[in-house]
Amino acid sequence: MKGELPIEKPLQELESKINELKKLSSHADIDLSVEINALEEKAKNFKRDFFQNLNSWDKVKMARHPQRPFTLDIVERIFQNFTELHGDRSFRDDPALIGGLAYFDDKKILIIGQQKGRDTKKNLARNFGMLYPEGFKKGARLMRMAEKFSLPIISFIDTPGAYPGIGAEERGQFVAIAENLMLMSQLRVPIIIVVIGEGGSGGALGISVGDRILMLEHSIYSVISPEGCASILWRDASKADQAAKALKLTAQDLIKFKIIDEIIKEPLEGAHTDYNLTARNIKESIKRHLSELEKICIEELVELRYEKYRKIGIFREGD
Amino acid sequence: MEKADTKQKKLPDDLWIKCEQCGEVIYQKDFMKELKICPKCDLHFPLNAGERIGSLLDKGTFQEMDRNIYSLDPLDFGEGYKIKLIKDRKQTGLGEAIVTGKGFLEGHKIVLGVMDFRFRGASMGSAVGEKVARAVEVALKEVLPLIIVSSSGGARMQEGMFSLMQMAKTSAALGKLNKSNIPYISVLANPTTAGVAASFASLGDVIIAEPKALIGFAGPRVIEQTIRQKLPPGFQRAEFYLEHGMVDMVVHRKELRNTLKKLLDFLSPNQIKENK
Repeated sequence: MKGELPIEKPLQELESKINELKKLSSHADIDLSVEINALEEKAKNFKRDFFQNLNSWDKVKMARHPQRPFTLDIVERIFQNFTELHGDRSFRDDPALIGGLAYFDDKKILIIGQQKGRDTKKNLARNFGMLYPEGFKKGARLMRMAEKFSLPIISFIDTPGAYPGIGAEERGQFVAIAENLMLMSQLRVPIIIVVIGEGGSGGALGISVGDRILMLEHSIYSVISPEGCASILWRDASKADQAAKALKLTAQDLIKFKIIDEIIKEPLEGAHTDYNLTARNIKESIKRHLSELEKICIEELVELRYEKYRKIGIFREGD
Repeated sequence: MEKADTKQKKLPDDLWIKCEQCGEVIYQKDFMKELKICPKCDLHFPLNAGERIGSLLDKGTFQEMDRNIYSLDPLDFGEGYKIKLIKDRKQTGLGEAIVTGKGFLEGHKIVLGVMDFRFRGASMGSAVGEKVARAVEVALKEVLPLIIVSSSGGARMQEGMFSLMQMAKTSAALGKLNKSNIPYISVLANPTTAGVAASFASLGDVIIAEPKALIGFAGPRVIEQTIRQKLPPGFQRAEFYLEHGMVDMVVHRKELRNTLKKLLDFLSPNQIKENK
């Protein structure tokens, strides 16, 4: 699965050159250490420059990287005793949304999260992380249960969007999302949202109203996909890179806008290169925010959540 | 982010209108009296905000709120977003894509919001979200029933995440209202899709749709591209969603005012009647 990022191919070439030289110097009696060191230095600088200067479109690719840690990869590294629960009690179990009970150190919590598949077969089963209405309703059902048992909710976001299909529309995709937004704004337990990959429009928002919104360093959150935006604006989906820039969809953009609360650092070369480190960083951040939220009485917490969303928006008032 | 599929074609002298669906030529004055419904094929043409308010409220009772809330260009989006806003303001005479205010409907004092599709496809950016949230808050504070007539292509792309978050903001405001016994009736006109359908428009105690209105989350074009097949006739129309249990009723525009009055009679707490 190489070649996903513009750096991966040249980096691969550099690395294979280094390996070649190393092989050569071990077989023959020539000292190539100067050349090898120079190349290794070059590769290091190359990586550092690239990953510290990712543009919006690079970030989109990072967020969609097929090797990126998905919700369950994170869940198994952060929580203990994850006990998965299934079904919306109405139509079916939506595999694009996982949910269940778990321990977060000594705390009992409820997890929901959008789940992508690692290969084609698994992706088909997970519907590429795109929820049907029953996925949103499954989330709603589990979140109501969390409220009943006073369990904080951690919600992981990683979806291209809500699924646009016949069954999804028939069963009221729009109603399911709207009802979740209202439900989550009122739930009497702390809610922490963690965007780990793609925050795709209403499909992401449908399980992401909460007290804190945290985003991994190279994740994205957008009102519309860059491709969708480009095809509306320029009738040309291939201009998605330009749209990505215009949409201001990176974690760095969104923290400037005060739409999100914190950026969680990724390993230098991206979350896909070190799941354990990524998970540790996420865990540290959740832990800190959860202990802050648990100090606030629940009435105040719900009111603060209301205020948080109520004040989002930039407009002009007065003639 | 779909376009309205019912555009009125004006004939040269502006006295006559041609129905796009059946080709009927309609005398402009009659057309307005008939609430912009084609007398031959019953197609409901889009009403602008002023026309809609006139069709619902008791004459001369409408008092607009928050007229002077305007969109900005928070992302510096380019593509002439600012210019388009100015142009739409000029052409429609509106400040933004929704008009909100208070008025009387058959004697019931209500808070009313009406979206106007002519203004940026009535997409929801910060200004629309703010006006909706304030209207909900007024309804709650003054104990007045809330009616919103939606027609919208969804969230306003040019305002990025600010616009997506208006879905959460308006829904959170309605979450507060929902804990009271103040009714909210949502009316869906053609078309109501995407971010508006997936937020405040779908959270009514009662949801009414106009005949044949296109409703839904994804637009038909996006669905066809995804599933690579043609959609069946009537898909995502008001009647389809009535059948599938997503709306309470499909009401002909001429019956809308009367239906709303009946519902207000049923749902308004006694306190509200004393207020009028």
